[in-house]
Amino acid sequence: MALDRWIALVILAVSLSYGYTAFFLMDAGLPPFMRFNPIWPSTFPKVIAVLATITSLAILLGFEKKPAESGADEIDFSRLWDYNIGQAVFLLALMVAYALLLRPAGFLLSTLLFIVIGAALLGERRFAILVPVAAVAAGGVWYLVQQTLGIYLSPLPTFLN
Amino acid sequence: MLDGIWIGLSTAFSFSNLLMVIGGCLIGTFIGMLPGLGPMSIIAIMIPVAISIGDPSAALILLAGVYYGAIFGGSTSSILINAPGVASTVATSFDGYPLARQGKAGKALTVAAIASFAGGSIGAILLMIFAPALASVALLFHSAEYFALMVVGLSAIAAFAGSGQVAKALLMTLVGLMMATVGEGALFNQPRFTMGILDLQSGFGFITLAMAMFALPEALFLVLDPSRSNSGGNGGDIKDLRITKEEAKKITPVIGRQSIQGFLIGVLPGAGATIASFLGYAVERNIAPKEEQAEFGKGSVKGLAAPESANNAACTGSFVPLLTLGIPGSGTTAILLGALIALNVSPGPRLMVDQPEIFWSVIISMYVGNVILLILNLPLIPYIAKVLAVPRNYLIPFILFFTLMGAYIGQNNATELLMLVGFGVCATLLRFANYPLAPLLIGFILGSMLEDNFSRSMQLYDGIGFILERPMTMGLLALAVILVVLPTIRARRVRKQELQAAESD
Repeated sequence: MALDRWIALVILAVSLSYGYTAFFLMDAGLPPFMRFNPIWPSTFPKVIAVLATITSLAILLGFEKKPAESGADEIDFSRLWDYNIGQAVFLLALMVAYALLLRPAGFLLSTLLFIVIGAALLGERRFAILVPVAAVAAGGVWYLVQQTLGIYLSPLPTFLN
Repeated sequence: MLDGIWIGLSTAFSFSNLLMVIGGCLIGTFIGMLPGLGPMSIIAIMIPVAISIGDPSAALILLAGVYYGAIFGGSTSSILINAPGVASTVATSFDGYPLARQGKAGKALTVAAIASFAGGSIGAILLMIFAPALASVALLFHSAEYFALMVVGLSAIAAFAGSGQVAKALLMTLVGLMMATVGEGALFNQPRFTMGILDLQSGFGFITLAMAMFALPEALFLVLDPSRSNSGGNGGDIKDLRITKEEAKKITPVIGRQSIQGFLIGVLPGAGATIASFLGYAVERNIAPKEEQAEFGKGSVKGLAAPESANNAACTGSFVPLLTLGIPGSGTTAILLGALIALNVSPGPRLMVDQPEIFWSVIISMYVGNVILLILNLPLIPYIAKVLAVPRNYLIPFILFFTLMGAYIGQNNATELLMLVGFGVCATLLRFANYPLAPLLIGFILGSMLEDNFSRSMQLYDGIGFILERPMTMGLLALAVILVVLPTIRARRVRKQELQAAESD
């Protein structure tokens, strides 16, 4: 089965559980006075759930004609392992680590580490240039966000604050 | 209308707003030139900045400037290194890159800049004529018609998605609508579909979603396939920017035709700049004289001017439904709509009446933006093009970092970053499988408005009866059904005919 059908299957499962919630679970908590309303919180979701179920089934069962091959611009999923999949996964993991470290480690340290490790993963080895660039970028963005935009970003690790 | 233009002029020409346009155009050109960052990603990244400005006119002027700059930057990288940053500038590279290879990069950039300028300016004039007329019609609409109109818009986006893509685009729209129902809406004071997760109480962040749908997959594609970043571009050999009189004569009618055609295509929801540029290229090639036809693809100035003017006029055209109906027809205008909502502006027919300064200053700033691109950015291009030499190892971590920052600043919540990564992976998979992502974002942004209008009409008519009682609503909804069903039926008929032809052989 091609990837687009697998995705349609996943979306079908999501729409069915969404629809189940809308049709059977949501109305239970509805206050009695709202039951006289012509529209309930579940009305609109019910409509979407039905339409999404039909559409994902249509893709899953292949009702629509296959499109012509897409342009050379796109990446061929069947040859995914020929690409730098390892690097991509590492960078995603790095983003997750950044998200988790941002509060405890502070903005400056986590940003510096993110850029340095990210570039190193991609093959950058001139750390004498990389580290200062990352430091200036981290400091510069912090200054812009904090001072110009007025959005608070805790700069230092929690134990120093 | 003259009053409006006057208000727009005085707003757009204030010192700070002029700075916004100039800054926006420069930032847009810079970033737009980088491979992998299209106008949508750039605008999404700039939204937190724009929102923190506070003044809606200034914010929208900044974003519109960024938009124009990004398109221009995208054309530049298509011409110089044959690496179109966005689909709408692919047609530009057909003749732009051959010209650059012949050592006429400067000439190609000038033709592109003049064509973009003319396309954008003619588009802005048409916008000034069309938008008020459409807005005055739209003022007659009730919530029932609004609901129906949004349904038409959403189905048109699916219908114009291309052959074999209608169901996918429709499904993506529906997924966007589903995601819009997550969280506690103003309508019912009751959290829906939050699965007990407290961070979902306020719904998904729109900037997070925009980043995850566009910027993150592009960055991941750059990682996966190093040939996409194509660095090592040479910005040093752009010399002669002048064009000859004959060339100017050649491209003038092309620009005129394609600006109007591009604008009209841009107004249609879902069609947008990509279709306009390809169609513009094809039309001009077909109507060109025989000897010039052979030049197309080998460095014809006509072949460069056509997609450039069509593309820019279409971008301007896409503002018509956004400003007059409050319905975005493209991913970019959907992001702009999200920014407007965050700034407490509700675009729609009332915008021209209630906040004329916003409406008109945006239109005026379009002219200003076009002039700035021509007189400021064009001479600076040899220097700006140096950015193409940024090594990939630096580029990618920075793109990822700005994506994270955009999502974090928008919501001030670290969980948002985890959602960004999660959605980004999903979006990348969807792109692998050829699912269009813009409909998802449009559905997400229109979702709450759609439900609001639907609920209001349900309440007014005490049930679903409003569809039958209002002929216009009924007509619009019928149009929506036809739009979705027609391409499928036509495709089936074509297939049947092919089968019959095969059998009779």
